[in-house]
Amino acid sequence: MESNAEITRENYKSYVFEKMPKSSHWKNMIWAFLIGGTICAIGQAFIYLYSLWFNAQDASVLASATLVFLAALLTGFGVYDSIGRFAGAGSTIPITGFSNAVVSPALEFRAEGYVYGVGAKMFLVAGPVIVNGVTISVVVALITLLFGLGG
Amino acid sequence: MMDIFLMFVKAFVVGGAICLVGQIIINYTHLTNGKILVLFLIAGAVLEGFGLYGKLVEFAGAGASVPISGFGYALVHGAVQAAKQDGVYGAFTGGLAACATGVSIAIVSGYLVAVLFRPRTKKK
Repeated sequence: MESNAEITRENYKSYVFEKMPKSSHWKNMIWAFLIGGTICAIGQAFIYLYSLWFNAQDASVLASATLVFLAALLTGFGVYDSIGRFAGAGSTIPITGFSNAVVSPALEFRAEGYVYGVGAKMFLVAGPVIVNGVTISVVVALITLLFGLGG
Repeated sequence: MMDIFLMFVKAFVVGGAICLVGQIIINYTHLTNGKILVLFLIAGAVLEGFGLYGKLVEFAGAGASVPISGFGYALVHGAVQAAKQDGVYGAFTGGLAACATGVSIAIVSGYLVAVLFRPRTKKK
């Protein structure tokens, strides 16, 4: 890239790719594995805890709900985003990452009010997730009804 | 006791492996967080469409149910179970019903955090 004038919309992306640190790929992957695994192991601990009072299905749901709540709190304290800086997908893909994606914009856009700020921005990432998830679930269930397949 | 320890190992390894796959995809495609979440959600949902993801949940417990792919699994599993019981009506109610707890808690705690906490300045 010799001069700024040559940066166009097309080559900007490859320019950024070029400038990004490459050496951290392995480190990224190890952190993602460790943090992701740890969050799931904590979830397993909650499943065992709730199994004392609830059946297996409910214990699993409550364990995930607990993780969602804890991640919301950690997002409020700004801790979750600090973890995310090095954990990458390890903090994004667990259900806690979903929680973070709900809470983080809700907090950030509070200044725009509780309707168009908190209420709307909350679904910035959760919206696409719920829309896709619900649509697929209905389609799969209807296909199952038609052909008698599926879990 | 040994069983419980083994279950923790399985949850850690399988959950970690799912996140590792996600990190590899991010490293090579630079997808944003939202797209990664949707991608894994769809993966879990489609796998459960073939009855596969449920087997992984049985094997690895939270290692399979905590990643967002487990959310896709729960939606499809709930919709299919309800459809088998109540027909077309169940196909439309079962998915959200199965995930209602998680979604409601995310929304309510999101609202509470937004009300109670101050947006923090980035990087102290």
